[in-house]
Amino acid sequence: MAAATLYDKLWDIHVVRDNADGTSLLYIDRHLLHEVTSPQAFEGMRLAGRKPWRTAANLAVADHNVPTLNRAQGIADPVSRLQVETLDRNCAQYKIVEFRLADARQGIVHVIGPEQGATQPGMTVVCGDSHTSTHGALGALAFGIGTSEVEHVLITQTLIQSRSKRMLVRVNGQVEAGVSAKDIALALIGRIGTAGATGYAIEFGGAAVRALSMEARMTLCNMSIEAGARCGLVAVDETTIDYMRGRPFAPRGALWDRAVAYWRTLASDPDAVFDRVLELDGADIVPQITWGTSPEMVAAGDAGVPDPATEPDRTRRAGMERALAYMGLEPGLPMTSIRPDKVFIGSCTNSRIEDLRAAAAVVQGQRVADNIKLALVVPGSGLVKRQAESEGLDRIFQAAGFEWREPGCSMCLAMNADRLQPGERCAATSNRNFEGRQGQGGRTHLLSPAMAAAAAIRGHFVDVRKL
Amino acid sequence: MQPLIRIKGIVAPMDRANVDTDAIIPKQFLKSIKRTGFGPNLFDEWRYLDHGEPGQDCARRPKNPDFVLNEPRYQDASILLARRNFGCGSSREHAPWALKDYGFRVLIAPSFAEIFYNNCAKNGMLPVVLDEESVEQLFREVAASAGYMLEVDLPSQSVITPSAQRFGFEIDAFRKQALLDGLDEIGLTLQYADEIRAYEERRRRDAPWLYQSPDA
Repeated sequence: MAAATLYDKLWDIHVVRDNADGTSLLYIDRHLLHEVTSPQAFEGMRLAGRKPWRTAANLAVADHNVPTLNRAQGIADPVSRLQVETLDRNCAQYKIVEFRLADARQGIVHVIGPEQGATQPGMTVVCGDSHTSTHGALGALAFGIGTSEVEHVLITQTLIQSRSKRMLVRVNGQVEAGVSAKDIALALIGRIGTAGATGYAIEFGGAAVRALSMEARMTLCNMSIEAGARCGLVAVDETTIDYMRGRPFAPRGALWDRAVAYWRTLASDPDAVFDRVLELDGADIVPQITWGTSPEMVAAGDAGVPDPATEPDRTRRAGMERALAYMGLEPGLPMTSIRPDKVFIGSCTNSRIEDLRAAAAVVQGQRVADNIKLALVVPGSGLVKRQAESEGLDRIFQAAGFEWREPGCSMCLAMNADRLQPGERCAATSNRNFEGRQGQGGRTHLLSPAMAAAAAIRGHFVDVRKL
Repeated sequence: MQPLIRIKGIVAPMDRANVDTDAIIPKQFLKSIKRTGFGPNLFDEWRYLDHGEPGQDCARRPKNPDFVLNEPRYQDASILLARRNFGCGSSREHAPWALKDYGFRVLIAPSFAEIFYNNCAKNGMLPVVLDEESVEQLFREVAASAGYMLEVDLPSQSVITPSAQRFGFEIDAFRKQALLDGLDEIGLTLQYADEIRAYEERRRRDAPWLYQSPDA
């Protein structure tokens, strides 16, 4: 058999049928649902008199809208409440497993899937959310879909799809201490742009990726959608298998051994051919901070804000000028002189236990600077929160002046009460710095958890390696 | 789904790259549990001067006179001309729902984000990819004449200008057919139910752990 990439292996094993028009009907092993993109799918299903194909393939949780404070009082916003209650009702009606708000397992859908072992190597994983690419870290074919496709998966357990091209991003060598998976992702997006991987499935490889923990790989794959990729992938290795062991939804006993034997085949063959190969040197990657309104508008943490005048492309130059005006920044301004008003540590990109540990290590024994109006830590799930508390991380954050909240998407997209006011500037560990993303008129700078923590303590951006 | 075969309509230009789905429909409107009614809030933060919340009467809100869709000449536009990477970001299908509810049926850009492209096609909207040069020419032509219209013909896969210049575009055979027929894709897939069941049986044998529930 010809040498195959990991992407092609995962694709081929999930093909139910190849259609004459070049598309394939692809089987979906795991369907994750949340409250924002599912109500219209359930309604469509009901109106057409249809029902779910395989209930047990679905797992649901509310995360986008949920409050991160005073949860015992329920959801104050009636519109948000209706959406969450609609998910509860739909899951109850169709007997879909849902982790409700009071459940310790509730959290951000892309945190709880791997945490529960509900997303596994070799699976196809979809969710009505673009950051579904996160689960590719496990060696799963995972991608975001729209609501029409949510309905399609609910009813048929399949999707009609076209194969993507394959891109290998090889990060050679090792990254320096203080440089995280978030910095690798932002450096890559800075290099290829937010449409740089459109049409591609990215596989991340190389020594620096092999050395990443499972959670760091999730951060990397999570951000692959910000490069335009359909999905991100990391080959299965011992790190993956160790991570899966003992998780509630993971196979047990003899089935575990069979599963592991299969999972070990989930890597690209040595002579597999990629449509595009990109090499990065881990040693060249430094902590990154975005300065604009697209994740590709990113610079080294110790650099200056770039000058649009040096950009030859007219559309891109206009975009830079508009971004600087929106962000209230001048060309040449040192990034380290920028002072955020708020700090947000959380989101499906960076709210796992290792993220919180990295931030807490910077915060320990320090105080949040006076100019920071709000510093927020929002754990990715109830179980992450519990683990952090057992390690005393909550006390470290709170002693420094951070608020310690309940799990959810929170200020990443500001669908709940956590949001920026117009003109406010935020150091955020989330994934998008679009205009208005964190609240109308809000200004977002994306960076790693350690860099966000350092900004909170110093009151301005700083290269965490120089603390 | 409403079939789409041939559209002739006024073209509105959106002259900026990387227009994301947060801009197309801001998050506060995603709390709706319906598929319709998003049109008045399309590009809400750019289109109005005040802060938008669900349930407002948008006809009474102060409009931003500098925003392109508020210019009288682009009223009733059904074709949106855009720049590269249109629709990037969130997978929210509320973005195509809002564009369609507003009245757009065709979007033309040098590139689209993939999930957004797919979501458009599922809603009877045609995303047309033309090269940068052609898009640039169209931007110039739109700016030059008020009431500028294009004709978009899906069967022949062409965009036709008022001076009868034709730009060909690519679209995969499945999406084309689905748009032309206004196809119920789920109904189509359910015709293969036996093949899906046969696949499951095979997988259950080869990879039984995939069918094990956590309580088992």
